[in-house]
Amino acid sequence: MKTSLWKLLAVPVAAAMAMGAAGCKKEEAATPAAPGSGAPAVKASKVIRIGVLTDMSGLYADLAGPGSVEAAKMAVEDFGGKMGDIPIEVLSADHQNKPDIGSNLARQWMDVDGVDVVVDVPTSSVALAVSELAKQKDKVFLASGPGSTDLTGKACSPNTIHWAYDTYALANGTGKAVVQSGGDTWFFLTADYAFGQALERDTSAVVTASGGKVLGSVKHPLNASDFSSFLLQAQSSKAKIIGLANAGGDTINAIKAAREFGIAKGGQKLAGLLVFITDIHALGLETAQGLNLTTAYYWDRDISTRAFAKRFGGRNRDRMPTMVQGGVYASVLHYLKARQALGAGATSGAAVVAKMREMPSEDVIFGKGSIRVDGRHIHTMYLYEVKKPSESKGPWDYFKLVKEIPAEEAFLPLDQSVCPLVKKP
Amino acid sequence: MLSLAIAITPQALFSQLLVGLINGSFYALLSLGLAIIFGLLNVINFAHGALYTCGAFAAWLLLELAGVGYWPALVLAPLLVGLVGVLIERTMLKRLYKVDPLYGLLLTFGLALIIQGAFSLRFGSSGQPYQIPSALVGATDLGFVVLPNYRAWVVLFSLVVCGVVWFLIERTRLGALLRAATENPTLVRAFGVNVPRMITLTYGAGAGLAALAGVLAAPIYRVSPLMGADQIIVVIAVVVIGGMGSIAGSIVSGFALGLVEGMTRVVYPEGSDTVVFVLMALVLIFKPAGLFGRAA
Repeated sequence: MKTSLWKLLAVPVAAAMAMGAAGCKKEEAATPAAPGSGAPAVKASKVIRIGVLTDMSGLYADLAGPGSVEAAKMAVEDFGGKMGDIPIEVLSADHQNKPDIGSNLARQWMDVDGVDVVVDVPTSSVALAVSELAKQKDKVFLASGPGSTDLTGKACSPNTIHWAYDTYALANGTGKAVVQSGGDTWFFLTADYAFGQALERDTSAVVTASGGKVLGSVKHPLNASDFSSFLLQAQSSKAKIIGLANAGGDTINAIKAAREFGIAKGGQKLAGLLVFITDIHALGLETAQGLNLTTAYYWDRDISTRAFAKRFGGRNRDRMPTMVQGGVYASVLHYLKARQALGAGATSGAAVVAKMREMPSEDVIFGKGSIRVDGRHIHTMYLYEVKKPSESKGPWDYFKLVKEIPAEEAFLPLDQSVCPLVKKP
Repeated sequence: MLSLAIAITPQALFSQLLVGLINGSFYALLSLGLAIIFGLLNVINFAHGALYTCGAFAAWLLLELAGVGYWPALVLAPLLVGLVGVLIERTMLKRLYKVDPLYGLLLTFGLALIIQGAFSLRFGSSGQPYQIPSALVGATDLGFVVLPNYRAWVVLFSLVVCGVVWFLIERTRLGALLRAATENPTLVRAFGVNVPRMITLTYGAGAGLAALAGVLAAPIYRVSPLMGADQIIVVIAVVVIGGMGSIAGSIVSGFALGLVEGMTRVVYPEGSDTVVFVLMALVLIFKPAGLFGRAA
């Protein structure tokens, strides 16, 4: 009954590869239930297709994923379901946070499936690949998932708009606030890919500019389960602040391990540079209390954000939307408005993006905003502190406002931009 | 960039080794179950990671739905998941013993994806918090490192469990029958032993061990659908390095690889994900049967 060992070993390897491939075939077309969508006979075969390219099952699936797909559908519904008599479709696919899989899916969408606009795309390395592709094919890319400022910096594109947040805005919000309150020496735990590196770079710059000092960093693999070893290294650096230049599950595990190892008792503080409300939900207030975080959107800010969150929660397992999912909603809605203003037949991605820049944006998530020449959507950002368990009135009541950061200060000033589209005097 | 900027002092070294040992205990517990199942069933149990996830979720659900705390869950969750294991073996795996072992692997791989997907769909991917039991909250300052009490418990408890399982299999009559059935099931059956039942219980026990590791892991990590998928590939590498089906090999290499990984995190953190697989490749080249395995 014994089979040769070699044969048995070949199989796990093949299976592991299959595991990688397993998620890439899903592509559920979902025509939204639009008001009055009963009329089928569409004159032209033309359909406006919105592709939500996201992490459907991995570590970012809760902060983007199925919630992002839902947000895109809500935007389409709020727009009216169709443009004139042209129907609008929302597609989705799982890029598994892998640039090769992501760009293959995006290419297939643009070349074969007639997708006009790709949205979301958490994981900066995937987003950079998709942005390049959208430029080549003259499509539109609305990035609310990724964080790297390179998307509007050296890799900026006339076809890409970066919505919601970026590493500069996060560094500028949390980094500056922490240094100003006395945390002037830093050590970074950095996720070893484009986003983590950009976040570390941008935060280091803010820390240094605000009079602080960076003592060192350690780069950990993406999706590392155990952070105790990295934390011990941070501990022996004696830095006052341990900056978490990572996201999602990595941030959660790092914060949990820090609490266990008594990092705070040793006088060191954590600064989560990208913390989503879903992360706080997974950590629990007991562990997360007191953490500062910068975000573009918190559901409980005012009447209109609450109303949106309530609608969204009803369709997404009662989870409150993250700023990424809010970004998907707002960017899709603005795209549809701009495309309508141009005439639905407009097929050049660059032309639609130009129109989107021309029109000021307004929505229930970000309020009033505008899009700069480098493709950066700017709006107010917010610095929040995580509530103590005793301050929270119920599920998802997690943040209290520390300060508002006006749009002009929140993002990298254009005169410091390295984007080739920005004309220097 | 090497992080050698931080000088590696003896303190740092010891603390990193200790942390490595903690991860090693999870590897050891998981690879132990995997090795037992492989030894008797000749199935590479790809669902092992999913069963580990099930253990963590069982503990979490017991707490959320029934208010059952950590200590009872440490017993109940492995029993529940062990039953699930028995069910899987009786209804599915049993049908595959006569065909190529590949089918067993594909079945368990499929099961793993289904279980993981179901938890993901129901509970989301970022996981659920599970608090450390109150008796083990806090940390002890050992001088060179602050050791969280809970993690110390994990290391000690895993060592005891591994020791007990090793003793049961290598030193008792039950274990002798088990090993004999591995070598020659027909002959053992001729002695009046109910081999199919033994196989079922073995799979159940392996599943229970995985669940036990899951409960132990719940307070350290999150209770997340992906926690098993993250571990299973490494654990299979651990079993291969130890020698497929070797009980002692899986325990020793589990702890040893935890240590090696811990050291890599200090010397070259970027490579800490890969080092286990580099070692696996080296072992396969120079000692294909594994460090503790006998040549097939």
